Amino acid sequence: MSGGAPGAAPPALAVRGLTKRFGGFVALDGVSLDVPEGSITGLIGPNGAGKTTLFATVAGFLPPDGGTVSLRGQDVTAAPPWRLHQAGLARTIQIPRLFARMTVLENLMVAAPDQPGERLPLPWIARARIARDEAALGERALAVLARLNLADHAEAPATALSGGQKKLVELGRALMSGASLILLDEPAAGVNRTLLREIAATIARLNREDGITFLVIEHDLDLVAELCDPVHVMAEGRVIASGTMAAVRGDPQVAEAYLGMAIEPVE
Amino acid sequence: MEQAALYLATMLTLAGIYAALALGLNLQWGLTGLMNFGGLGFVAMGAYTAALLTAPASASHLGGFGWPWWAAWPLAAFAGVALALPIGAIALRLRADYLAVATIGIAEIVRLAVRNEDWLTGGPLGVPGIPRPFEALGLPWGQVAYLALVAAVVAGLFALAQATARSPFGRALRAVRDDEEAAKAVGKNPARLRLQAFLLGAAFMGLGGAMLSAFFKFMGPEALDPVTTTFLVWVMLIAGGSGNNTGAVLGAVAVWAVWAATDWLAAQLPGELATRAAYVRLFLIGLALQVILLARPQGLIGERIGQR
Repeated sequence: MSGGAPGAAPPALAVRGLTKRFGGFVALDGVSLDVPEGSITGLIGPNGAGKTTLFATVAGFLPPDGGTVSLRGQDVTAAPPWRLHQAGLARTIQIPRLFARMTVLENLMVAAPDQPGERLPLPWIARARIARDEAALGERALAVLARLNLADHAEAPATALSGGQKKLVELGRALMSGASLILLDEPAAGVNRTLLREIAATIARLNREDGITFLVIEHDLDLVAELCDPVHVMAEGRVIASGTMAAVRGDPQVAEAYLGMAIEPVE
Repeated sequence: MEQAALYLATMLTLAGIYAALALGLNLQWGLTGLMNFGGLGFVAMGAYTAALLTAPASASHLGGFGWPWWAAWPLAAFAGVALALPIGAIALRLRADYLAVATIGIAEIVRLAVRNEDWLTGGPLGVPGIPRPFEALGLPWGQVAYLALVAAVVAGLFALAQATARSPFGRALRAVRDDEEAAKAVGKNPARLRLQAFLLGAAFMGLGGAMLSAFFKFMGPEALDPVTTTFLVWVMLIAGGSGNNTGAVLGAVAVWAVWAATDWLAAQLPGELATRAAYVRLFLIGLALQVILLARPQGLIGERIGQR
């Protein structure tokens, strides 16, 4: 999937000089980075570096105070989240937030974009058509659940799932959007080893088979080394290094930013 | 016997009107999580719109256009929407509690306007002589026929509310209610969805007001008070089961039965005790709400997860 001549196609996501302030606190201080088309790009850095703020600002949840965001060459700076969702950008939230009073299946179905049944007055006057759409959507959601090994839980209330399973549903909702670029916020945090392997394999497979580009925030650096290329390192609202994991691990600035966190050179 | 039948028809008609209000509130609160504490304002808009359009011409208030009910009632629903639109457009973008404050404020403004704008509403004298559909049939059949009309309207509103709740639109509303951030992350526009649900609920309340004014055959500032028009409807929805349309209707009928029964009981008390009992009743309704919220927060029949 990756490759192509330099300068041939615009990157999936290009962030330039993005700035976000909260009062006097500068959360993003002129962040610039690229997410190449077809890549699994990593985003690492110590707590408070601004990674989640970057996600929120890129995905339209927070208005930026400066800078630009472009999606495949299209300027989408400060576009609202639903517009970006339609344009093929989905974002997962760090701590999964499922719709509590819905089943797992409904949690996925609701995430499909452009549903005619969401536009009044169609739910009242085109019942047959909407029933057909819903049946097809249900099938699609079940297929996504099957890929995530969650098909058995389709009719369970979302609250009955374990934390790790909720992370998978969160990923499933991003898949339902049909997004070609997914921002994943700590997909492996708080997940047991077995499920972690499963999540990593799922991300790699979706990238390989479906050509989905990912930008992944993750603290598990071994996982990042395994999955991600390139990797951007953020500290104090800035990108301080970019490159392969091996390259950024050797960067003294990165080591300093992590301040005491052991970053051994890659074997 | 005939007296009892008449009484029953009267009570059921009012229960039906309350069911319409509870269904409207369920669209707003139950399905979308919108705290509307200004039910009275929307009911009053519908009630006065229908009253002025259907009443005979009079010098004491605007118009009296003598329209038939079937032409006036849809406009009454629209009057509810017309009031909801500016409030919703402003307050729905803010945090949930701001809407509660804004709706309380607007209901008070409507109440004061109704009392003081004599040229429009007749002020304290109100709008008398509102025709009630089928009253030409005499008693008790006119009353029974009106009950049938109210029941038919409520059945229609129930069908509409069910079609809404079970549709992808209803699912998107529930998403916004359960978690706004997550709803945005799955591509929903919370402000737009909230506004639509708010307007739809306000239309139900406006229509309820129209049915109420025809039932009373009179509309004045004393005919609507916040306790019976706003808070009683909240009690009905919460007791019946917020998020469930059947629960809203059931709660309206059940709570109205209790409310009417205590009214009758209080009237049996001698002299001053009867006056005091009216206030005890308010206290009891508040207490009942507390008990329900603590003991059975989902109401008689709560929202079902799945199986839609």
